[in-house]
Amino acid sequence: MSRPNYGFDDDCALFRDSARKFLSTHAGLDGLRRATALDPEPTRMPTAWPSEDAWQAAHELGFVAAAVPEAQGGLQLPRAALVALAEELGKHAFPSATESTLSVALLARRALEEHADSAAAAALFERLGEGARATLAVCNADGDWEHESGVRHTLAGQQRTLSGSAHFVQDAGQSEWFVVRSQGPSGVELLLVPGSASGLRRQRDGIVDLTREQGTLHFDGVVVSDSGVLLGGDALLTAAMPDVWLLLAADMVGASEWLLQTTVEYAKVRTQFDRAIGSFQGVKHPLVNAMMAIDRAKSLVYAAADALDQGADDALLLAHMAKAQAAEAAAFTSSRAVQLHGGIGFTWESDVHFFFKRNKHSELLFGDAAYHHARIAALLLDT
Amino acid sequence: MTSPPEPKSEPRTEHDEFREYCRAWLRDNRPPPAPVRLPQHPIETMTRAQLDYLQAWQRRCYDAGLVGADYPVEYGGRGHKGFQRIANEEMNRARTPFLVNMVGLGMAAPTIYHHAQEELKRELLPPLLSGEQIWCQGFSEPGSGSDLASVQASLTPDPSAPGDYLLNGHKVWTSLAHFAQWMILLVRTSREHKHKGLSYYVVPVEGHRGVTVRPLIKMTGEAGFNEVIFEDTPVKDAWRLGATGEGWSVAMTTLLHERGAGPLVTPAGGVGSEGLAHNVRGLVTLAREQRRNGRPAAEDPQLRARIAALAIRERGMLENAKRARSGALVEHPMRLPLQVKLASTELAQDLAAAALEVEGPAASLYLSDERAPVGGQWALAYMNSFGATIAAGTSEIQRNILGERVLGLPKS
Ligand SMILES: Cc1cc2nc3c(=O)[nH]c(=O)nc-3n(C[C@H](O)[C@H](O)[C@H](O)COP(=O)(O)OP(=O)(O)OC[C@H]3O[C@@H](n4cnc5c(N)ncnc54)[C@H](O)[C@@H]3O)c2cc1C
Repeated sequence: MSRPNYGFDDDCALFRDSARKFLSTHAGLDGLRRATALDPEPTRMPTAWPSEDAWQAAHELGFVAAAVPEAQGGLQLPRAALVALAEELGKHAFPSATESTLSVALLARRALEEHADSAAAAALFERLGEGARATLAVCNADGDWEHESGVRHTLAGQQRTLSGSAHFVQDAGQSEWFVVRSQGPSGVELLLVPGSASGLRRQRDGIVDLTREQGTLHFDGVVVSDSGVLLGGDALLTAAMPDVWLLLAADMVGASEWLLQTTVEYAKVRTQFDRAIGSFQGVKHPLVNAMMAIDRAKSLVYAAADALDQGADDALLLAHMAKAQAAEAAAFTSSRAVQLHGGIGFTWESDVHFFFKRNKHSELLFGDAAYHHARIAALLLDT
Repeated sequence: MTSPPEPKSEPRTEHDEFREYCRAWLRDNRPPPAPVRLPQHPIETMTRAQLDYLQAWQRRCYDAGLVGADYPVEYGGRGHKGFQRIANEEMNRARTPFLVNMVGLGMAAPTIYHHAQEELKRELLPPLLSGEQIWCQGFSEPGSGSDLASVQASLTPDPSAPGDYLLNGHKVWTSLAHFAQWMILLVRTSREHKHKGLSYYVVPVEGHRGVTVRPLIKMTGEAGFNEVIFEDTPVKDAWRLGATGEGWSVAMTTLLHERGAGPLVTPAGGVGSEGLAHNVRGLVTLAREQRRNGRPAAEDPQLRARIAALAIRERGMLENAKRARSGALVEHPMRLPLQVKLASTELAQDLAAAALEVEGPAASLYLSDERAPVGGQWALAYMNSFGATIAAGTSEIQRNILGERVLGLPKS
């Protein structure tokens, strides 16, 4: 049964307030503008790296601890607090490894719930408590995390030796830890690999989104022992994916809200034909449609967060719905934001492109709307 | 959907108890099957036999405390804030017949409650809530639809009754007027100002002097709305709601509630035509039963994606309603409530359109053909869905309202 406010209680509100305060001082768009001033040349690697200071501050504010169990030194707030944080991060297009690290923390939490003696999960929580960043390295070159793995290993005694590549790894350059999906002789395993492992090479991806960082990991003889195995394999990854989708969906809700409000403000002040352009229904009505798409996504995100906390039967359905709807809201709002700004919206100078690009990135990562629609249909029609 | 388990550790609240009471009462008091086919919505009630059956049902629900639960006792209610929403949910769940006095419950009652003199409230509200007196809404006119403030029906002083008036004018699309005892009326009392020239009255309909009600036939072949002609119809000043010239702002109370965005929860719940689940679940059932290309329609990839998208909209609406009640997760207090009318009517339309595609050529069969899938109800639902996207402020007008009142964009 869903809780009042989807479990978003006073503690969650305080947590969100502190995140808002931090972001309003540390995440001004000035910083992004300065950092990307040299980036327009599309053949150059983007330079927008999140600052170490900002990560340190985020760590101290408990951005990651919010997902960590109390027994592991965390705060374990309701998921509503975590999606509220992701919403704020999206609203500020904030470059940081927060969402990646939260995804890993939630995966490790599940691992620990299933296997209380999971040494790898306990070790990971210790590192996270010290402010380490972690991320999922689970996709193959198709961006697929469910079929053939891009990383394989051989097994000799307790030792796995890894080869191959993991693709579309978020925050690959900053992360100290990776959860790697690897195919071995006895099935798929999730392995905890430190960024410093010998035989691991990180290749930076040249991406469109200026507010994120992504890379490819190449494994050439990286060795992982039994203590680095997150027990549960693909079942664990499958169970953890709804959290990944929700954080991305919440980010899109936040980024889309920024785009909506910014476009609305512009439509109030820009005049053509002696009227504010916002008075034209060709401008007004799409903005209303965008608002409704965002609201639907936001409601589904919080409903899914609560359902996951409660272990409700429809948690998986709601998570698919949240990611699909957020992706559609993001695509529509982003496209209308550029279009309704006219020429200025098409420039590097306008901030719209930061959010446009961030949304497109989130939309396509870990299953686009079509992917999630297919899963929803299967849940509704085949069971 | 299965019923949620009651949390064990927390003490039962009076709301939990009321929910259990409603559930038990609806289980033990199911009405007998209707002797005639029921329409899909209250506003398509056409025959006296339909009306008698539905009126008797509303009366029983009223006597049991399921209608008017939130209204104060002195106006015929039960004086329990927050109970009506629960009763509505339980009536929907039990799929009992809908409450026929829809215009009364959803529009007249909240307006009377907020704007009428004390005496009028005590006189009008109890028989409205019980369904004994049927209400209709006389807003639209042939020349005044979306631009409602342009209404021309007018009051002039009644030479034979000082202080009272005579009404002349032409109202149209007046749902349920053919059964109505009372009408809420928006009328012109001054030609000098557009909005400030309007006043708001309640007037008797049935048997009242100078009133002619003529049924109009809908595109579905059903009746249910009417035109109403007033010729020197006497109107007492005591029937006025709000001050003379303040009719527009009183009408806002009516419209807000009509669109599901008002502060009072409208008693409403239950279903019409037997057998039609006009929702995603109904569509899923249909898709499993119908075949196309030699396979169940439920296996068609295009339809699957479409059903998924509709399911998202349906669930999104439900969750919007929940989120609207949480202060911390909303940006603007009217942002979600003002979306209800637009989102629900467009979803119903798209659901019905999808159902017709699932049925394929069999969607050509109507109520008159017993071989029609689901009795031809989806074809009827598709047509009826346009009544909903037009009435109570068209979808275009709803988008104007959302853009202007919520987003703050300048007027169109
Ligand atoms: C089934 C049904 C039941 C009804 N019941 C009642 C009732 O009980 N009582 C009552 O008083 N009325 C009732 N109505 C009337 C209803 O409120 C009107 O039909 C509605 O307000 C539209 O007015 P109209 O029909 O004159 O259309 P118009 O206002 O002429 O609109 C025609 C088209 O123009 C569009 N349009 C108009 N203005 C604008 C604008 N500013 N911007 C963009 N587009 C615009 C409309 O959206 C519509 O698509 C009912 C209608 C229906 C269909």
